Amino acid sequence: MSKEHMPEVRPVKSGSFFNNPRNRALIYQAILLFGLGFFFYTIVSNALSNMEARGIKSGFGFLFTTSGFDILMSLVDYSATDTYGRTFLVGLLNTILVSIIGIFLATIVGFLMGVAYFSPNWLIKRLSIVYVETFRNIPLLLQVFFWYFAVLAALPDVRDSISFGESVFLNVRGLFFPEIIDEAGSGFVYAALAAAIVAIIVLRKWAHKRQDETGDQFPVFLTSIGILIGLPLLALIVSGNPFHLEYPEASRFNIRGGISVIPELMALTLALTVYTGAFIAEAVRAGVQSVPHGQTEAARSIGLKESRIMSLIVVPQAMRVIVPLLNSEYQSLVKNSTLATAIGYPDLFTVFVGTSLNQTGQAIEIVFMTMAVYFVINMTISFLMNRVNDSVALAERK
Amino acid sequence: MSVEQQGQPLSAEDDVIIIKELNKWYGSFHVLKDINLNVKRGEKIVICGPSGSGKSTMIRCINRLEEFQRGSLIVNGVEMIEDVKNIEAIRREVGMVFQHFNLFPHLTILENLTLGPIWVQKKPKEEAEATAMKYLERVKIPDQANKFPGQLSGGQQQRVAIARSLCMSPQIMLFDEPTSALDPEMIKEVLDVMVELADEGMTMLCVTHEMGFAKKVADRVIFMDGGEIVEQNTPHEFFDNPETDRLQLFLSQILEH
Repeated sequence: MSKEHMPEVRPVKSGSFFNNPRNRALIYQAILLFGLGFFFYTIVSNALSNMEARGIKSGFGFLFTTSGFDILMSLVDYSATDTYGRTFLVGLLNTILVSIIGIFLATIVGFLMGVAYFSPNWLIKRLSIVYVETFRNIPLLLQVFFWYFAVLAALPDVRDSISFGESVFLNVRGLFFPEIIDEAGSGFVYAALAAAIVAIIVLRKWAHKRQDETGDQFPVFLTSIGILIGLPLLALIVSGNPFHLEYPEASRFNIRGGISVIPELMALTLALTVYTGAFIAEAVRAGVQSVPHGQTEAARSIGLKESRIMSLIVVPQAMRVIVPLLNSEYQSLVKNSTLATAIGYPDLFTVFVGTSLNQTGQAIEIVFMTMAVYFVINMTISFLMNRVNDSVALAERK
Repeated sequence: MSVEQQGQPLSAEDDVIIIKELNKWYGSFHVLKDINLNVKRGEKIVICGPSGSGKSTMIRCINRLEEFQRGSLIVNGVEMIEDVKNIEAIRREVGMVFQHFNLFPHLTILENLTLGPIWVQKKPKEEAEATAMKYLERVKIPDQANKFPGQLSGGQQQRVAIARSLCMSPQIMLFDEPTSALDPEMIKEVLDVMVELADEGMTMLCVTHEMGFAKKVADRVIFMDGGEIVEQNTPHEFFDNPETDRLQLFLSQILEH
């Protein structure tokens, strides 16, 4: 090509500082930051001056003053003469309690129902579908009321308690079961339990190493169960059962002793478990279905057993889909536990944002403290689940 | 119509696969109709036919990825019966390569290859890995051993899939359209590996439309249509003197372009 045919190059240039894209971006950021800062300053200063004008105290001094109200259920000692700080702790522990039980049970129910979907048994498969579709599509608040008012309130009076072997009682006041009291020598049994767990970890390592070296497989799972049950049981027998059970005793109007679960906790746990379990079942189903059928066929074609195909091929791939979904279901469960307030279960929301806020009027402090608690709980769940996710994530980069 | 291998006497023991009166239905749809097929040890068979003719279904019956309702099937002296142990035993003898590779994406190439030897053949890890590396070298990708399937090209993945089957030292290899999902420039590298395998005397059943491959390695080419084996012959006779109208039509369609 000759020089005459070169097109003319002619730069369009304003030279202005504001026409540089990088400078523009910086200017926009600065304007936005200033705007936001001004917005929040206005809100906070406005609120503070309004509160001052109405005579509302601010600050966290209220946490050290006497609350003056009783709480239905507490995991630590509590009475009306305790402080709001103590109230906060009681509510927090109750929230954590219902969350942990809920997450634990919902996971079991969800996985069972999710796997049931793939059952060749027509009835079991239907059961899974009906369960998921029913409980996923009804408002949770309604389900909380259902368990509390329709199911548990219909239980018999104390004098007509449903009893299981005169040791577990179920009635309108809740569920009562024996408490295990340690006696001298019980440490031996706990030590045996700890030893069993250590033994299982060692066994797993050993079996893995032996398989690498000789190719021989070892029934790790069954042996582990045997050790977990056998070792503490043996210790129990050798040490002559260093425990005794404190049975709940039924009188005409009340049941004393043992461990009691109030109906509010039962209803909330049931509702959260059944509701979240339905979503977890869906997550499990989605996870298993996300593994292409070709994977199973390829595994079959090299002669793997069906149970090994499950554990080596399908589950590891399904978990990649299930774990992130589980994370958000667990977080939802914790947030949804605030529905406790509808039936009076004394969780953090009920006793702190409910009663304490009502009595002190210190809305900003109480609401923000409570928000921070749920935020921290859910960030902790996220953190833990992300660790789990890292262990199941695909190393492959597509 | 049967094809005798030169200089080798025919006897029943030479038949590594014996299919008799095999019938299969999907609901009321009759997919396989009275299939009779004997395959001798070391024989290479190419199966072709229009889509839906039952060719994939037939070879998938051989390692029981598909059930059949009537007829009998004997693989390497073991009769296929409704028994989990029996099915696993047959699958150990039969390797299979799929159209879409079906490598395990969560395992490295090496782990893909050693999974079967470790969990099925109960081999020590070191031995399984040595075998795996041997086969990876044979398919010419030993340098990819620690990568994941998603990081490989289609042709490389399919060669890994072939190596994965070979690691189980199968007596028979089934190929279900192994090159259909590949880009044209990758077909050759996979076919080369298959030709090499054929030269080593592996018994092979291959569903493919690669007619060049059929002419080069097949002892027998089978044409299936409508769930039946319509015609089978040596590649030479098959392509040059097709007997039936259906095969003539089919060949004219696939050889036209």
